[in-house]
Amino acid sequence: MSASLTSMSLASMLQFSIILPMLATLAIVATGRKPNLREAVTISTCLVLLYFVINLYQGIKRGESISVTWWELLPGLQVSFNIEPLGMLFALIASFLWLITTVYAIGYMRDHGEHNQTRFYACFAIAIGSVMGIAFAANLFTLFIFYEILTLSTYPLVTHAGTEKAKRGGRVYLGILLGTSIVFFLLAIVSTWFVAGTLDFTPGGVFDANVNKTVAGVLLVLFIFGIGKAAIMPFHRWLPAAMVAPTPVSALLHAVAVVKAGVFTVLKVCVFIFGLDLLSVLPSTQFLLYLAGASVLLASLVAMRQDNLKARLAYSTVSQLGYVTIGALLATSAGVMGSSMHIAMHAFGKITLFFCAGAILVAAHKSKISEMHGLGRQMPITMAAFFIASLSIIGVPPAGGTWSKWFLLMGTMETEQWILMAVLMISSLLNIAYLIPIPFRAFFPGGGTSSAGIGIKEAPLASLIALCITAVGSVVLFVYPQPLYDLARAILVIPG
Amino acid sequence: MLMDHYNYWIVVVLMMTGFYIVIAHGNLIKKIVGLSIFQTSVFIFYISMAKVEGGTAPILEEGIRQYSNPLPHVLILTAIVVGIATTALGLALAVRIKEAYGSIEEEEIQRQDNLDC
Amino acid sequence: MAAPLCLLLTRPRMVWLFALVVSGTAFLTSILLLQQVMVSGTIVYELGGWKAPWGIEYRIDQLSAFLLLIISAVSTVVLLAAHTSIQQEIPASRHRLFYVLYLLSLAGMLGIVATGDAFNVFVFLEISSLSAYALIALGKDRRALWAAYQYLIMGTIGATFILIGIGLMYQMTGTLNMHDLSVRLPAVEHTRTVFTAFAFIIVGVCLKLALFPLHLWLPNAYAYAPSIVTAFFAATATKVAIYLLIRFTFSIFGLSFSFTALPLQILFLVLGLLGVFVASTAAIYQTNVKHLFAYSSIAQVGYMIIGFSMTTATGLMATLLHLFNHALMKSALFLALGAVMYRIGSVQLSQFQGLGRQMPLTMAAIVIGGLSLIGVPLTVGFVSKWYLVLAVIENGWWPVAVLILLASLLAVVYVWRIVEVAYFKPPLAANESVTEAPLSFLVPIWILVVANLYFGIDTRLSIEVAQAAAQSLFGVSP
Repeated sequence: MSASLTSMSLASMLQFSIILPMLATLAIVATGRKPNLREAVTISTCLVLLYFVINLYQGIKRGESISVTWWELLPGLQVSFNIEPLGMLFALIASFLWLITTVYAIGYMRDHGEHNQTRFYACFAIAIGSVMGIAFAANLFTLFIFYEILTLSTYPLVTHAGTEKAKRGGRVYLGILLGTSIVFFLLAIVSTWFVAGTLDFTPGGVFDANVNKTVAGVLLVLFIFGIGKAAIMPFHRWLPAAMVAPTPVSALLHAVAVVKAGVFTVLKVCVFIFGLDLLSVLPSTQFLLYLAGASVLLASLVAMRQDNLKARLAYSTVSQLGYVTIGALLATSAGVMGSSMHIAMHAFGKITLFFCAGAILVAAHKSKISEMHGLGRQMPITMAAFFIASLSIIGVPPAGGTWSKWFLLMGTMETEQWILMAVLMISSLLNIAYLIPIPFRAFFPGGGTSSAGIGIKEAPLASLIALCITAVGSVVLFVYPQPLYDLARAILVIPG
Repeated sequence: MLMDHYNYWIVVVLMMTGFYIVIAHGNLIKKIVGLSIFQTSVFIFYISMAKVEGGTAPILEEGIRQYSNPLPHVLILTAIVVGIATTALGLALAVRIKEAYGSIEEEEIQRQDNLDC
Repeated sequence: MAAPLCLLLTRPRMVWLFALVVSGTAFLTSILLLQQVMVSGTIVYELGGWKAPWGIEYRIDQLSAFLLLIISAVSTVVLLAAHTSIQQEIPASRHRLFYVLYLLSLAGMLGIVATGDAFNVFVFLEISSLSAYALIALGKDRRALWAAYQYLIMGTIGATFILIGIGLMYQMTGTLNMHDLSVRLPAVEHTRTVFTAFAFIIVGVCLKLALFPLHLWLPNAYAYAPSIVTAFFAATATKVAIYLLIRFTFSIFGLSFSFTALPLQILFLVLGLLGVFVASTAAIYQTNVKHLFAYSSIAQVGYMIIGFSMTTATGLMATLLHLFNHALMKSALFLALGAVMYRIGSVQLSQFQGLGRQMPLTMAAIVIGGLSLIGVPLTVGFVSKWYLVLAVIENGWWPVAVLILLASLLAVVYVWRIVEVAYFKPPLAANESVTEAPLSFLVPIWILVVANLYFGIDTRLSIEVAQAAAQSLFGVSP
């Protein structure tokens, strides 16, 4: 009896974790004229949401299954939710980092004197709500709906500045994301529906064992291209384009919401629609693996040439997303685990980097890397955080990125994909080459730089706290990766 | 053989004449005339179709054994009314176009429209 | 069908109320009819008490009930806004005339859908078309006259073609009753006369429904007509033509004949696709927003024809769904444009600058309508697009599916042009004082927008009816 009660309340918590941010949007708009109240609403929503998600997490750990069906949109196609470990992982990261980002954003937006802050917070809340929807979706159809809502709700965030450049960025952003999702993703979904007769995420995949390999192979290509948010190389242009957004948005887009929703969807599709067994025998898997590998390498190379810090980070993200896709396509348990852990690790690492970039912009008004010589004197904490986060991205102890890279490498070894293994290695070297010089030069400017000697002038306190938390988070994830590891392993335990 | 159905030939010729006028002429009034001819050809087609060799008007009376099919005739009465309405409306429009543009030549009107844009 | 009464009422306000009542009654009746038809099947009403093949009968099955519902619903909602809208766009002396024509046109369309007699179709078609020409000519711009004239010529040719077709059919079968025709035609279906009849009817109907490349009359007619008229016609006129097309090919000539006699399937598919692409591309380059959405209407007709050309139950269902959904979105969009017209007096794209701030609710409606056109989930557009793609894939036409989806990208482009102008540019100096549209506009607009969202989320009604209608058509055809 009591067990059923708790699972009841868990189910409603699940629903609320999606609805709550949407409701918060209304509250934010309503309180738009009073910034303090508005931000209080935002923060409290974050806290409640985090509370819900943690509760759900504990429910999952106890082995309860939580699922809710809302209504039937088309015959046989329901909007329904179901929690499984992978989604849980994603939801945990997203809700936690949303809280941090909000704290950061309050400092950033106020200090930077941005306009239209109400719209900003409102869209932010919708975006998080749809991320929750994506994380908990029980079928591809539900996922697609929230995927599109996410795209549309982040569009006003990207074009926040309202300038010509922002508009162009927004155009590319919307064009690629909406375009790929409508042309490829939707087509793939409808075809899957037609071939398999269901869109539910099923452990082991939905296709029959004797499904036509060519059809399934084509479908896989469609899926991977269709999920434009995963930023696989030919469709990665939106990510650098979205850089025109204010930094908290970039942090959200590039570390939490959008890109992670993309790779999360890729993982979901690979594991629960195709199933690892089918995936490993499809002819197109190999091709896509190399494509993702190329994406990793090329993006890293492009990143080296960027002088704008945010652009460099954006290309770095493209390359890191390639890792996750590779892990998913390797179709081994180590690969999938590596991917899911990398979602978390990269989230913490990259969000820290973006926070730092934003802090530098607010405090020192610099966005070009070449201008950041000696900045370490001025902003020691920010630069230290930057350094730690870089380590995590590269995958060096004592930062969390180590574990996920470890598993990814294991995955490549298991499947004897030596080329890919080499790609991962080389890319890590490239990471060092494009990330480490930034903090290094900031702390050891060499002779005769101008910006030294101003004294310490750090970013706003709220922003500083936020970036410290995430940087520490990266380290904590190295020292104490057990819960994450358990969740990642649970993804595959259930199918087995 | 061909002449057996001479009524159809007339219909076809009229129809094509009307259609040609509608397409080829730039003058709005002439277009409407063409349209009327076009419609009339269809009326004739209906009427002649219903004609029965040696038949008279369908009156229920002694001595009349054979009569034309009345239904198409009735139908075409309706169609004629519709045709008149169309012509009237078309002409009315032409009048107002003349007022607005000062011309009823298609090319002239389009030239003026292009200037507006 | 109570139009003449309108003339008796003198005060415009009264006329408006009366028209609203009439339309509302029609709406309620059609809801009841639909319910009844869904439960008990076809309803037949014999006009004047003559038995079917001789008398004229009204025959309502699921398909016609569905159409009746769409037409009367849109007409009622649009009329809500009419009173305010025409104040600006039509001189006061013509207000009464407007309502008379509007009701006549409504009656004509309802008549086409309800009737079970082929010749009656022609009569009602002309009633609705003639009033449509006149309504379009009421537009403020002098180009409206020219547009109406062009429409008149094209429309009359189309109607006459249909008339010829009907005459030929009568010649071969001796009946005009649709049901009777479908029974008797198979006996004579191999004669050349029947082919000719079929060809004439198809071409005539295609003219009416603005199938590419017979669409030339449509953009101007929509763009220069008074906004209310555009909203009404965009949602209904082409739909009625599609109804006719479905009626003639499926119910009267029968599926097997329709698609073996002429290479219709491939013809419609190609024309539909071409229509979608050409019209969408044309829409992108328009500077007048009404033009833009008019071209988009042609593209949407293309979608419907694609669904139709598949001759499967799913394809037809997609067509019917899109019929319903497109009526909702286009009427919402054109009404919103009407509101813009009311406030600004122009619908040039350049005038839209900054409207996102000044008329937030109206612009939000346009954005939602636009998203629906694109086919974003949770809007009606998505539902019909889903079924269309599903139907195409069922048929194994993969390239077509890709093309359909590519075409929706074009929709993204033209919708987003409006969004960018409205939200990212500062308002023009001349329009600084523009405020939100009056309530009499907002209410109907948002009724339609909410319907857009509602039927995108809760699709039971529309899908059920469309499915029943599609299946019944396939049941009827041998």
